Amino acid sequence: MTATVPRPSSAWPVLGKLRDRVVKVAELVTTPLLPADYLDLVDPLRSGAALRGRIEEVRPETRDAATVVIRPGRDWLPHTPGQYVRIGIDVDGVRQWRAYSITSVLGRADGCFTITVKAIPGGKVSNHLVRRARPGTIVQLDQATGDFVLPAQRPEKCLFVTAGSGVTPVMGILRNHVADHDDVVVVHSAPTADDVIFGAELRELARTGQIRLVERHTQTAGLLDAAALAELVPDLTERSTWACGPVGLLEALEEHWAAAGIPDQLYTERFRPRVLVTGEGGTVNFARSSRSLEADGATPILDAAEEAGVLMPSGCRMGICYGCVLPLREGAVRDLRTGEVTTAAPGDGVLIQTCISAAAGACDIDH
Amino acid sequence: MTVLQKKSDNPIAHLSEADIESIGLELDALRQGVMDSRGDADAAYIRRVIDVQRKLELGSRAVLLFSKFPPAWVLGTVGLSVAKILENMEIGHNILHGQWDWMRDPKIHSTTWEWDMASPSEQWKHSHNILHHTYTNVIGKDNDLGYGIMRVDEDQKWVPLYLLQPVWNFVNACFFEYGIAAYDLELGKNLATKERRADPSFRAAGKAVLKKIRKQMTKDYVVHPLLSGPSFLPTLAANFTANVVRNLWSHSVIMCGHFPEGVETFEKKSIDGETRGEWYLRQMLGSANISGSKAMHIMTGNLSHQVEHHLFPDLPSNRYSEIAPKVQDLFDRYGLRYHSASLPRQVGSAWHKVLRLSLPNGWLAQTTPANVPAQVAKLYKMTTGGPKVRRQLQQQAAA
Repeated sequence: MTATVPRPSSAWPVLGKLRDRVVKVAELVTTPLLPADYLDLVDPLRSGAALRGRIEEVRPETRDAATVVIRPGRDWLPHTPGQYVRIGIDVDGVRQWRAYSITSVLGRADGCFTITVKAIPGGKVSNHLVRRARPGTIVQLDQATGDFVLPAQRPEKCLFVTAGSGVTPVMGILRNHVADHDDVVVVHSAPTADDVIFGAELRELARTGQIRLVERHTQTAGLLDAAALAELVPDLTERSTWACGPVGLLEALEEHWAAAGIPDQLYTERFRPRVLVTGEGGTVNFARSSRSLEADGATPILDAAEEAGVLMPSGCRMGICYGCVLPLREGAVRDLRTGEVTTAAPGDGVLIQTCISAAAGACDIDH
Repeated sequence: MTVLQKKSDNPIAHLSEADIESIGLELDALRQGVMDSRGDADAAYIRRVIDVQRKLELGSRAVLLFSKFPPAWVLGTVGLSVAKILENMEIGHNILHGQWDWMRDPKIHSTTWEWDMASPSEQWKHSHNILHHTYTNVIGKDNDLGYGIMRVDEDQKWVPLYLLQPVWNFVNACFFEYGIAAYDLELGKNLATKERRADPSFRAAGKAVLKKIRKQMTKDYVVHPLLSGPSFLPTLAANFTANVVRNLWSHSVIMCGHFPEGVETFEKKSIDGETRGEWYLRQMLGSANISGSKAMHIMTGNLSHQVEHHLFPDLPSNRYSEIAPKVQDLFDRYGLRYHSASLPRQVGSAWHKVLRLSLPNGWLAQTTPANVPAQVAKLYKMTTGGPKVRRQLQQQAAA
């Protein structure tokens, strides 16, 4: 280091302290609210605000899917292709959180990113996003996250197996990285050719020789299973495979890859947890929120509590991120994925994931 | 007036058990109908009120930076008073009731909201939502009846100190937020003995209140006046005025809710084993509405629909006016009196009751222009004499 190089490290703490002091004074001015509550009126996407985004455009993809262009707040960090983002959006006045894969290319000139959403029957949020969401709507965001990404050491041969909206994280990967790979096979399953999300774009990639595309139209060809896949892609054991789609398909693939002795060559992405076992529910008491509710044995405590108006921490909603963990002071809960029952004696404070735990008797939760 | 159970003309004597049960069922259905139809429009409403309130407060405080100019002082003080009233009534009170919890917005939620008020929201929610809304108008259980410092019922024994009750009701009105803080702390009871004073939970609560008051006072009486520079004193005066205006307003509105003449009170033992229908009935008879314009309803935090609010404390406030005609129709069909009158009339009625009960039972009613000297002499005797004299004269008056 030379004397001419500025040394920001020594200047920052002073600035930081000054900033803290300014914030303290501002808090004296705005108490009992926070300065942020007023700044949000003017600029909800500013740096330092809770992470939010603004819907800029909703572009139809198929008859039941749309791409939503979102301008994120200034604290948004670039994602890794294949990752998902959690979005909180008000539907019928109620804030709902869902995770969607990011489908855009990195570093868009306009600073936005996109998600692509397929409206599922009865899906509150997906139908709202596809059919009713309007540009200008402010949504809540988390930073992008997820492990469904390409490794730093790029494999020579890739296979992507997708069904329905499972194509979205893969499209996120292809749009950014297809040029890095010489041998990419995409097997996509959808009811008809028109239902293929990004159909035109995928076919164009195939036409220009960047990928080999196999479209499986289930209305005529039947559901895709592991045996059919092995026929379509004879060299699949030589490939690193990324699969995203319905739980049944993923399980079949996992079994197939395990049987072939190459389970570590398969990466899967699920959009919702697999519920295995349910049982009797019970009364769930939230002591600090002064709320008590009856929860059945099939509903995650997170969902039951939110339904009753309790503010709950939440994350992926499928048992992965541990963003929803709360201490169980007393009682029993059942892990909906495994059926395993966790009990807590008074004072234990066993940490439970509320998004995949249902009440298995009376529960006292420290929240 | 006296507790409903001791009245000769009990207003619910004509209702059978089945009637009361069907009142309960009808009201449950009414509630469910609103719960099921909550949606975008309601969410947009509360966000809009919050938005308007914040901009009004910011704007008024900005104008007050120049408050040494009289027009700025007047404009800023009026704006700030309105902003503070909106913040306490339509926004704070209702959010803290959990009326908006269903939106799952952590910024507008009963467990995270803090308001512009001496009493911390956590303490107020306990004394108000749990005690007052559960034990509405039950003598000895509902401390909102006179806040433990007033005589609110003929059955409470009269002592000369009560002569001052109109004065301290007015003082309480001016500094209402501190009255509420003291009341939420149950200050009278908790300061009474050494053990209670030393109780750790009371001490913690007391500390929380003092901290809140310090922050509130620093904001209104130090920071904003300092920011006003040469307008320091006018801004301080403006903030003080806005706080007093807000206090007087909320005190008046709240007094109208349960205190006007004709609103019933209930005996402690009458709520043993109370059914859902009976609970509803108590709320119906124990509350009074204020009639007026839409703006008036918003300024009272829709507590002008006190009857509806007490029946369904957690329904979004913007929906009370919608169900009010249905509730009134229910009153009519079951031969019950739906108390509703304009703000001046209800305030007048409530103050009349404060005055009447500050005097010995029957004194005000028996006083005519002709017998004023005799009545005053009697009052003087009752005030200066001991309990025996009071009892004697009271019996004479009753006879």
